[in-house]
Amino acid sequence: MGNRCAVIGVGQTRYTTKRRDVSIAGLVREAALRALEDAGLTFKDIDAVVVGKAPDLFEGVMMPEAYLADALGAAGKPMMRVHTAGSVGGSTALVGASLVQGGVHDRVLVVAFEKQSESNATWALSTHLPFNASLVVGAGGYFAPHIREYMRRTGAPDHIGTLVAVKDRLNALKNPYAHLRIPGIDRAMVESTPMLWEPIRYLETCPSSDGACAMVLASESAVTGTPAWVHGTAMRSEPIFRAGRDTVNPQGGKDCAADVYRQAGVTDPRRQIDVAEVYVPFSWYEPMWLENLGFAAEGEGWKLTESGATALDGDIPWNASGGVLSSNPIGASGLIRFAEAALQVRDMAGEHQVDGARLALGHAYGGGAQFFAMWIVGRERP
Amino acid sequence: METSEPLVARHVLEFPGGYTRTTGPVIGRFLTELRAGRIVGVRTAEGRVLVPPLEYDPATGDPVTDEYVEVGPAGTVTASAWVQEPRPEHPLDRPFAWALIRLDGADTTLVHAVDAGDPKALRPGARVWPVWRERREGGITDIACFRPEVTMIVSPVRPEYRIQAGGALRTFLEGVRRGVFLGGRCATCAKVYVPFRASCPECGTRIAEQVELPDTGTITTFAINNLPDPRAPEVPFVSAYILLDGADIPMIALVGGVPAHEVRQGMRVRAEWVPESERTLSMANVRWFTPTGEEDAELS
Repeated sequence: MGNRCAVIGVGQTRYTTKRRDVSIAGLVREAALRALEDAGLTFKDIDAVVVGKAPDLFEGVMMPEAYLADALGAAGKPMMRVHTAGSVGGSTALVGASLVQGGVHDRVLVVAFEKQSESNATWALSTHLPFNASLVVGAGGYFAPHIREYMRRTGAPDHIGTLVAVKDRLNALKNPYAHLRIPGIDRAMVESTPMLWEPIRYLETCPSSDGACAMVLASESAVTGTPAWVHGTAMRSEPIFRAGRDTVNPQGGKDCAADVYRQAGVTDPRRQIDVAEVYVPFSWYEPMWLENLGFAAEGEGWKLTESGATALDGDIPWNASGGVLSSNPIGASGLIRFAEAALQVRDMAGEHQVDGARLALGHAYGGGAQFFAMWIVGRERP
Repeated sequence: METSEPLVARHVLEFPGGYTRTTGPVIGRFLTELRAGRIVGVRTAEGRVLVPPLEYDPATGDPVTDEYVEVGPAGTVTASAWVQEPRPEHPLDRPFAWALIRLDGADTTLVHAVDAGDPKALRPGARVWPVWRERREGGITDIACFRPEVTMIVSPVRPEYRIQAGGALRTFLEGVRRGVFLGGRCATCAKVYVPFRASCPECGTRIAEQVELPDTGTITTFAINNLPDPRAPEVPFVSAYILLDGADIPMIALVGGVPAHEVRQGMRVRAEWVPESERTLSMANVRWFTPTGEEDAELS
């Protein structure tokens, strides 16, 4: 795994539908300055900058990282951009961590963002190429059939998705950065919203958000403040079109989890991990990923959700921050998962802190559930 | 009884040429500055800046000082009223807002028209800038109106590509034009891929063997889409993963000829082709897949 690496600063913007008061540069800088402030550092202390975001078609700014160098204090320093679709935020953290683990740099700033209000992601994800009559309409249109298949295989009752939609939004009420904060959210409210891509209802879907997240990563000798130590990092991908590919329980996700658990010495994630921030953009992906990540046996994930185990007061809280279901600046969404995991083990998550969290999982997935990025961070040095 | 018609007449009182208004030194200075394209306020004895200026401080009754302070030109809206249907005498001929505007550096607000386009653009706190008339006479209408600050621009981006289908896709679409689905069998793993492709994503082997597949298959899973789409005839529409008989990977296609909520996983379907005369090198040759009426297939 290389040299030790720690998260020493986390910065987020308040996620919202439209940040009309700032440019993209202003948005990323806001997150970056907060992360630096958290670490007690300035741009001068940073050796390299890694930027992540989802497709350029979302804002129509081609290679935005070039234009963002000034805003991120990157002049004269190595700077690079990462792109792995929806998992990009996670991959950005891992590329940054690898620069520290490999001994190349002592302090790396990682930043990811999306300003969805500049266009429309469903439009950008539904470009209709000539000769081809694909009928996929946005991410929801792509994922809905796989959710239906999960329900058929496991016999999960219809209301499981609703439970997740409510649970994550209740958590969001405790997170000052969360976008969707819906007072009085309950099952009846979720069930009264229309089906968009059946079986996905409106309130079982993530919002479109503007926002940025940043972290300062440091080598052991460069640690300032309160560190969250990186115990394991892993990325996997798999071809989207492959005969026999299991789109409900993808092999790439299982392999990625096995790798990160091995590095962190985790053999029983349900017991050993205290809190998980997992990329759940549609409510049903909680039970699906509970199985994919080994927190529940195959076919049993929905039972864990139904039992309340993944609630903030359950034995394995998932998405204490409110998750992607509550805030979704797409390019940043994965990095937010990784950053929230770090905040938990630093005991700095505020009202949504899980008491005594010592080991946390950050997870992101992207594309047609074909890219995976994960890390495990801990309070103790590995 | 006979009723007499009421005696009604129009009567206009308008002093020929209009009344004059002697401005006095304070208001006169304000209007003179407007004519020069500047907005000034006057400082009161207590130190406040009144815009528009007044000769006597309404708070104390004292005369104001002779200190004039340039303010603005931008200001902040503190309150506004939307005028959906402007009258002929209004300063703008399209919907606009009357607003109280506190110009930068002023302690009081000025009433003026704001050409905001949309009432939502003018919440309290909105920043506005004056639009000056080219020919100014020394009156408050030397400012034609105020407009919201520029906070957003539209940036048209329109890459245009020439897309040439590769050989594998051409092979497949030529099949579709004939009313046949062409797949390819991997010589290493024996999996049949449809649409036809040049290499196996699992093995990396070059696929040489073409396989002609029937136009029947099984729905493995599907979504009922409630968002309209130009490619679907109506809402809701069903987009389904259809595993053609003999294929090892499903294709995504529209399902029709059956109400959306009667579609089932395992349902047997057949392609409904458009008439031969309308066919092109495109998947549009398949109108949709429609139930065959056979018993549902067992799903693993």
